[in-house]
Amino acid sequence: MKVIYTDNNATTKVADEVIEEMVPYFGQFYGNPSSMHTFGDQVGKKLKQARQRVADLINADPDEIVFTSCGTESDNSAIFSALNANPDKKQIITSTVEHPAILNLFKFLRDKKGYDAVFVPVDKKGHLDTDMLYDSLSDNTAVVSLMWANNETGVIFPIPEIAKKVTEKGILFHTDAVQAAGKVPIDVKAANMDMLALSGHKIHAPKGIGVLYVKKGLKFHPYLIGGHQEKGRRGGTENTVSIIGLGRACELAAAHLPVMDKEVRQLRDYLQEQLLEKIPSVSVNGDLENRLPNTLSIGFDAVEGESILMLLDKESICASSGSACTSGSLDPSHVLLAMEVPFKSANGTIRFSLSHYNTKEEMDHIVATMVPAIEKLRAMSPFWKDGKMV
Amino acid sequence: MWDYTEKVKEHFMHPRNVGELEDANAIGETGSLNCGDALKLFLKVNENERIIDASFMTFGCASAVASSSALTEIIKGMTLDEAAKVTNDDIADYLGGLPKEKMHCSVMGKAALKKAIADYRGVQILEKPGELVCECFEVTDLEIIDAVKANNLETTEDVTDYLKAGGGCGKCLDRIEEVIASVKAKG
Ligand SMILES: Cc1ncc(COP(=O)(O)O)c(C=O)c1O
Ligand code: FES
Repeated sequence: MKVIYTDNNATTKVADEVIEEMVPYFGQFYGNPSSMHTFGDQVGKKLKQARQRVADLINADPDEIVFTSCGTESDNSAIFSALNANPDKKQIITSTVEHPAILNLFKFLRDKKGYDAVFVPVDKKGHLDTDMLYDSLSDNTAVVSLMWANNETGVIFPIPEIAKKVTEKGILFHTDAVQAAGKVPIDVKAANMDMLALSGHKIHAPKGIGVLYVKKGLKFHPYLIGGHQEKGRRGGTENTVSIIGLGRACELAAAHLPVMDKEVRQLRDYLQEQLLEKIPSVSVNGDLENRLPNTLSIGFDAVEGESILMLLDKESICASSGSACTSGSLDPSHVLLAMEVPFKSANGTIRFSLSHYNTKEEMDHIVATMVPAIEKLRAMSPFWKDGKMV
Repeated sequence: MWDYTEKVKEHFMHPRNVGELEDANAIGETGSLNCGDALKLFLKVNENERIIDASFMTFGCASAVASSSALTEIIKGMTLDEAAKVTNDDIADYLGGLPKEKMHCSVMGKAALKKAIADYRGVQILEKPGELVCECFEVTDLEIIDAVKANNLETTEDVTDYLKAGGGCGKCLDRIEEVIASVKAKG
């Protein structure tokens, strides 16, 4: 059966164009980009091109791009650099709905390193309490780190505006833009941010390649200390193949932004509309307006997410759930809990995240699968009777 | 993805004995929406205390549904005394095993069965006797002691796998560790 892939916030298909770009560098061109010979320098030149392509996607200079091993490394490096740059400042600020790459790092810094970590809450729609954020800023703040777009709900924080206000106070600002890249326009210059994290596998490049944007002039403390690679900002011989792939992926992502905004958004809206129309007691999580165009987080009352995923999987439909059961943890997602999504629908939340590879036929097939799946599960749910919650 | 046995998948896709039993004379309920799973077990018991029919309604993941389905199949035809001896391991074994992290689904089956039997016999089981240890999942020390003894649990993770206790905010983990230690100390 053909796979219907609507789990693009988890990871994406590596684009054919990206694979094509990478293949020669797996075999034929294996040189070290730092070497003093033409053979290695062929790879060095290709790396330079990739760096330029990545920079172009976010309106940065190539010198401001540091390649890392993943989004998580980018996030960790940014925070540790900020702390090393401000050894006397003990307060760190983030939100309650961050990806574990930031959230768990902040909890570690609080519990093991004695930092005063502030987790700014969100409201029911997933909007950040910016008043509380601005009130929390002080001379003691070492860094503020906020995600640009949420991986579970797609809700977008007003990062350019926040970055401006935070950096105006002379406080370092980092953003986790892993989910925003390729889905909404990003302009680091206009937003005046200090650091920004990207991850290759969310934008049709391979897994295990990340980017940290570091603003020119910012004093950066490397996380991986080693050779002179990345201008001393990240030791270790470069993952040349993946960097080259990522360069091509960024170029494609920039070209596809209008498609994301129009065609993918229409598909997502169509899926949402159909599910809302054909299934009772359904609610969409997060702000419908300030939301990534590809993401739909939708809760079905009285049923449990893993069960839904199993029935979707039968039809080779890939999605994820906001429920505990799939992750091994037992509470529903911290994002949905932070938004005070009621348990009745949080446990039955499914995230569909689309890409430009999806089609309307696929959306129809998802709807045609979801309708009987929810009916079947509700028929056995003790919380559902005569067409409603009990 | 969980490593479910074919039998778990089969019982999830085609659960046996689903729905309310019209003429049930014993009902056992456990779990809640907040916990992420819940089971309502219906029994029809004849005058010889034999279970002549059983059905269930379950909210939960695939293994919760499969465990409920298996439970009803296991106990149909048993006397209440026989049914009272069914353990959560029997439910898991019937399904060819459950992933360790999903053992709490079989424990839920056992708990609902215990309540249904008490319901039939008109005995009051005190609602969760003992001291509350885990607030997130409303688990008491006595329940933890039972599970540790019955399943030879060693670590707090084991307890979380079987009872969910400790799997939420985690603030009860130290207390769970103490309870485990007290059981082990007594031997
Ligand atoms: C918002 C966000 N930040 C960070 C990451 C981590 O990226 P990576 O998987 O490359 O470490 C992810 C992806 O899982 C994400 O969605
Ligand atoms: S009290 Fe036990 S996990 Fe929260």
